[in-house]
Amino acid sequence: MNAVVKPLAFKPNETFRDDFTFRNSEAAIRRFPLPFPNDEYMYSVNIEPHLPGPPGSVFEHAFDVDEHYVAECRERATVLAAEPLRFQALPHMQSAEWDCLELIMNSLARDYPAHFSLGKRGNHWHWINRPLDIDQHFVFGDLASLPYPPLEYITRQTQGDFVVMDQRDGDLWIQAGMVTTPADWSLDFDMGMTFKEWHGPVPLAHEMNVFDRALKYLLNLRLGHPVRRLNWTMTIHPRLDTSPENYPSWGPERTTVTPRNAGDLVHLRVELQGLWRLPRSNAVVFSIRTYFISIRELATIPKWARRVHRVAKNLHPTLVDYKGLSRYRDALVEWLAPFDDGTPTTPGTAPE
Amino acid sequence: MTDTRSTHTPPIQARPTQARAAQAQTLAVEVTAIEKVTPLIKHFTLSAVDGGELPAFSGGSHIIVVLRGATRVYRNPYSLLSSPRELDSYQIGVRRMEESRGGSHFLHDHVTVGSRLEIAHPVNLFALAKTARKQVLIAGGVGITPFLAQLEDLHGGAVPYELHYSVRSPEHAAFLPRLRAREGDRVRMYYDSESHAIDFDGLLANQPLGTHVYVCGPAGLINRVLTTAKRWGWPDSHVHSEQFAAPPTGDAFEVFLARANLKVHVPPYQSLLESIEAAGVEVPYLCRGGVCGFCQTTVLDVDGELDHNDHFLSEAEKSRGKSIMPCVSRAHCKSLVLDL
Repeated sequence: MNAVVKPLAFKPNETFRDDFTFRNSEAAIRRFPLPFPNDEYMYSVNIEPHLPGPPGSVFEHAFDVDEHYVAECRERATVLAAEPLRFQALPHMQSAEWDCLELIMNSLARDYPAHFSLGKRGNHWHWINRPLDIDQHFVFGDLASLPYPPLEYITRQTQGDFVVMDQRDGDLWIQAGMVTTPADWSLDFDMGMTFKEWHGPVPLAHEMNVFDRALKYLLNLRLGHPVRRLNWTMTIHPRLDTSPENYPSWGPERTTVTPRNAGDLVHLRVELQGLWRLPRSNAVVFSIRTYFISIRELATIPKWARRVHRVAKNLHPTLVDYKGLSRYRDALVEWLAPFDDGTPTTPGTAPE
Repeated sequence: MTDTRSTHTPPIQARPTQARAAQAQTLAVEVTAIEKVTPLIKHFTLSAVDGGELPAFSGGSHIIVVLRGATRVYRNPYSLLSSPRELDSYQIGVRRMEESRGGSHFLHDHVTVGSRLEIAHPVNLFALAKTARKQVLIAGGVGITPFLAQLEDLHGGAVPYELHYSVRSPEHAAFLPRLRAREGDRVRMYYDSESHAIDFDGLLANQPLGTHVYVCGPAGLINRVLTTAKRWGWPDSHVHSEQFAAPPTGDAFEVFLARANLKVHVPPYQSLLESIEAAGVEVPYLCRGGVCGFCQTTVLDVDGELDHNDHFLSEAEKSRGKSIMPCVSRAHCKSLVLDL
């Protein structure tokens, strides 16, 4: 199968700030992970095994690499240069850091041999990352042999945020992470929190016991059996770093949406979240990979335009508020209305 | 003394992995060495059939070993005792149980070098607390096994640790030479035969703040440690125990699986979970020892008493009678109806 897959064509110069030149190719639009399997949305514990999905889909590999890879890694470096605390790891998480490095390197080298390779002679490893022009010899387990801590080293070369949770006292505690693309949450603020403390701000779900069930499930997460789920919100511009720390730079943009510009300004922001049990540390790593699609790009798929129009129009008021859509939801619905003639949508998320 | 008998055919064979539920995914291993380390304990070395490395794990993990006997399938949990840094093989220690339902007898009597077995991925329900300032490990008998792997994680680290190891008599002190060679004075031995018992009060009354204590062994030892720790004001979060309950035997009874619309007979020497599996119905499980809660099943009706043997449900939940752990629990009844 790999033999027929062409190497990815990266778009190294696109940006996620200032002039926002990020765009999706037609192929990227068609593989976008729409999180709405039907025309209404409500929370569920929508966790499923993270098994290889259809070729070409974002679920095909453990860690999806796409046309935005190089640009997203550069954006991460930009954020870290200004705010180094976007990466943190407590001292007792070192074995978990190495576990993460191994998991990601093994996956990328196996799934994208044209772009990454990993050689091992005992603990002497040789990592090659061709898109980022990195050629690194190091000793697995030896901190001094890498230019950064192991988790920082590998997540500087990976799309998406990572949070590592230690398991103890029947709970999961945030003890390490790389978070430069957050949907309005802060690693620095949440470090040391338990699973439910971390999710404290989420409305409705606590009453539905979603977190009791999710925690119980994750405490028993098994080695070799990762799971995934999708989550979503919306963001003005394809801005990856919507952090509380930088709220003044992005919060006010939500007041600029009109029924005329909503299609270009508003982006559906989908998180593909993965959870893995880590072998040597018994910790759990949580990956949060963000995908953007502008509403105009999304509307090129007629079924998706109808569905998102209906979801946005009928969304529970508490969720409208929590997801930060209050200021522009009506403008968005008005922009999408002409695409919805009332034709039923087919089940599932496929573009038809 | 390494057992390298190869004269009689292994009575068990790995079957092709069946495309069942994800939990049923197993690793195929071959027994590459067997050593009798005490009169009751055998030490098995398991290597991947394909010759490759086995999955990495953390100290305190166990595996489920699937044993396919002539008439029934056993799935028993055993702690990994080998170093988490050496993945060419896994090692387990199996004590021959006096009242074995068959699993340990099967391993002792029928499994030889060259036998092929299936195992599940390691699961850790007895992990070391990474935040501990000091680690105190207390083992009784074959309860030494999870600590052997944990000591590999602790060895050479910055956190002080000590092992207290209690056995019947010197000949029952499994793995002691290995422990002595590697850990020296960090190992304290206690022999029942010499009336030398652990001073639980002395041990638990004077530990520095931030110490975690771990106990694995017979129920009596575990209870002593838990009650003594409570009396001295230890927080529950700093006291860890692991005891896999072997599924007890009991009276035969009938179970009706409501969703499968299936009636299943549970004989005296087979667990409820094993009986359900034998009838072809999959129940998710991890530990098969009443610890993890993964196989928790809703009880729809019972015309008698549930016999709870797990360490997972609270006393209140047990008396409510709406849930059961089929891995170790049974019922005194004519008929039990489960939501399966």
